[in-house]
Parts: sequence; structure tokens; C-alpha cells
Amino acid sequence: MSYQTLLDAVIKGDFKTAKEETLKAVDAGQNAQNILDQGLIGAMNIVGDKFSKGAIFVPQMLRSAKTMQECVEVLKPYFQENAMTTKGNIVLGTVKGDLHDIGKNIVGMMLEGAGFNVIDLGVDVAPEVFVNKIEESKADILGMSALLSTTMPSMTQTIKTLMDSGQRDDVKVIIGGAPVTRKFAEDIGADSYAPDAGAAVNEIKKLLNIT
Amino acid sequence: MLIVGENINTSRKRIAEAVEKQNTEFIVQAAKSQANAGADFIDVNAGTFVDREPEYLCWLVKTVQNAVDLPLCLDSPSPKALSEAVKHHRGVPLINSISLEKDRFDAMLPVITAQPCRVVALCMAETVMPVTIEDRVQTGSELIKRLTSEGVALENIYVDPLVQPVSVDTRMGNAVLGAIKTIMNEFPGVNTICGLSNISFGLPARRLINRTFLSLCILQGLSAAILDPTDKHLMANLLSARMILGKDEYCGDFIDAYQNGLIRKD
Repeated sequence: MSYQTLLDAVIKGDFKTAKEETLKAVDAGQNAQNILDQGLIGAMNIVGDKFSKGAIFVPQMLRSAKTMQECVEVLKPYFQENAMTTKGNIVLGTVKGDLHDIGKNIVGMMLEGAGFNVIDLGVDVAPEVFVNKIEESKADILGMSALLSTTMPSMTQTIKTLMDSGQRDDVKVIIGGAPVTRKFAEDIGADSYAPDAGAAVNEIKKLLNIT
Repeated sequence: MLIVGENINTSRKRIAEAVEKQNTEFIVQAAKSQANAGADFIDVNAGTFVDREPEYLCWLVKTVQNAVDLPLCLDSPSPKALSEAVKHHRGVPLINSISLEKDRFDAMLPVITAQPCRVVALCMAETVMPVTIEDRVQTGSELIKRLTSEGVALENIYVDPLVQPVSVDTRMGNAVLGAIKTIMNEFPGVNTICGLSNISFGLPARRLINRTFLSLCILQGLSAAILDPTDKHLMANLLSARMILGKDEYCGDFIDAYQNGLIRKD
């Protein structure tokens, strides 16, 4: 079955058509995981690429992401309990002392669109809160954001707390935010750096060897 | 309308290179071009150099003030960088910024009260970013009360309503515009200030959006703006908006700027 109409609807951010097409696919006997992977995530991969290239803009990306979320809600009853597979668990947050969340939220939405399970801890997240959540959720990735030069040291501190807890090797760390640079990421021992949301998705896929 | 020239900021690649190489000539040029274009204050920001920020900010203060006879907007979230930069500053600086976040307020207060200065009061409270007009007015009012009780004159307070992108939440434009109006009405004598570019994050044709936003802010009573004064389109909007609102006697500033080639005519 072709998901072209569903893909187009998600890309366009047409909630109504996208939800109808999702249900149609279910009624036609398609497997829910397949609809998610081929239809919804497939569409969001296209949206993510267009966004990274500057061909579409933030509101369009947000609308598509919201459309996808609505479709996932439609699909959920058709998954057996805990059967929905994810590409990986990502713990995400803005570091302690920093309340900026716009960039972090966009990154979170694009990662969900790409099929990751995102655990967003919000803003002003203390190192031990990150580390506890990583342990509890068996996270594959820790993503940290900072918009102030004064809160960047919280990233250093979080990595240190992670090392002290003995979990540093269990998780890959990626950081971003306006004042953050690749060099800073290297200096504090992060595994990767992303200058924008599109790059964050690609870098995380690389870290987890997902093609 | 007070104009703060924003171009000397190390988040811009060429400025960062010039600062790192201590390229005096490049920074002097960036300062002079803004002064000639009508800047009242020159903003200096070295925030991307985390460890060396105090040192670089001091260098910028000295370099810029050697070149132009203007006060500076000392722009950093770091009390340490600001307290050092202030020592090298000649005249009355605009310190950018203090907020209501407890740690930041407590650390910044002694820097501000150590000498006469103007200060940007950012409408950011302890736990969350402001969303509504009321969030901003409440935080702004509290900052005004606390700063004046510490001896800062109302006229030296520049409330920044904190501009956020409309691409993410379409209420954000109105939230800032309403906050400017309310704060200017409730505290006669106080100033309001904002940067423009956050409004257009994530959208195309950003410069067009920025200058339309500036015109709307001026309508609400904005008294200072952080912007690129060498942008002749933007300055045309600023000066014509002021003039239309009756803030330019005999249309003098507008005509002067036109005759001096500082604004675009279309």
C-alpha cells in the first residue's frame, strides 16, 4: 500500500486528512508499526530534510510535527502494549540556571518525528536530575542545551556527574545552543555538537549508527 | 529614541575573529560606522568566549572608546565580566542586563550600584520564560520596584520585555507590544528597550519582519532599541515611524537622515 496521501498530508500539516489516512491504512489491514515507520516517520524525515535545507520554516515544521503527534495518538490503540518500537531513548533538557527552551523544544519535536522516544526534562535541569533519568530510562543519548555563556559550565558539571556515577560509557552526549561551539563540546568531553535542530537529528543518528 | 548599535558581538563570526586576533582596526571600523549612522550607544558583547570573556570585553571597551566618543552598552549575563568592563568604561554605561532570577539579580546588583549607570532590566523571572503580557508586566514592575528601592533612578531603568519568536508561538508579538504599552503607562519616566531579531527567528524575510515589528513597538512607546543602525531600511522605518507619531519636531531628524544618506528612500 502506498502512503503517498498520508505523507503529503503530514508534510502539509493537514491534520484532518492525515488522521483519516492513518485510519484508512489501519482499516486496510496495515500493521501499525509499518504505518508509523513508512508513513509518519517517513513524512517527518522529508520534513526534517526540507527544514535543514531552509526550504521550509519553523511554523511549517511545527505544524507537521503536531500532525504526526495526532496521528500517533490515532495509531496507539492498534499497538499491543509496549510494542511500539523506537529508534532510541533520548533524555533532553536545558541545563541548570538556564530557562531558554525554544531551540531545545524544536530539537525534541524533530527527534520525535524521526522516531526517537524523547524524555524532555524541561529547563533549569540539575546534573543529578539528568543522571538519574538516564539511569531510570536506560537512555541512549543525553542532549543538553544552553543559551547563556554563564550556564555552559553546567554542561561540564553534568558530564562530570555522569562520570562520577559510572554511567558515562552507557550514553552518548550531544550539546547545543547559541553560545556553544564544537570546540567547547570537545573540551568538555561531549561526544557531539549540533549547531541547529536538523543537525542534531543527523548527529544523533550517526552516534547510534542509524542510517 | 535611543539607538544601541548591536554589531560588535562575538556571536558574529567576523567580530569573533577580530576579537581573538585583537584586530583593533576592524573593531574601530565597526564602531565608527555605527556611530556615523546615528548610534547613541555601542553594544559590546564577547559572550561566546566563556573563559576569556572578561578579558575580551575589557579590550573591546578600551578599543571602542578610543575610536568613538560614545557610551557603551556592556552586554553580558556574567557579573564578573561586567564588573571588570565597567572599570575601563568612560562616562555612564548601559549595563545589559539584570533579571529577576534570584542568583542573577543578587550577583548583578552590586555591579549596578557601584557607579552611576543605566541598566537593562530583562523581564525574566525565577522559574519560567514569560508568555503573556501580564507575565512581562509583573516581572518588569517587580524589577522596577526593587531597582528603584536600591537607588537606581527610574529614568536609568530600561525594561526589556523579552522578545520571543512568533514562529514558535504566534501570541509572542502581541505579548511584547502590550507589555511595552502597559509599562510605559504605569511607570512614567521609565524606559523600554528591546532587540528585534528574536521576533523573526525561524521565518523567511527576517529583516522585513524586524523592521515592521520595530514600527509597531515605537507605536506602543518603545524608547530604545538594540539594532543595526547601518541598516538603512531599518533606520528609514524607525525615523519615519517616530515622525508619523509626532515625535520629530518639524520632521527634522527624518529630513537630516535623508539628506545625509542614512536612510533608504524606498
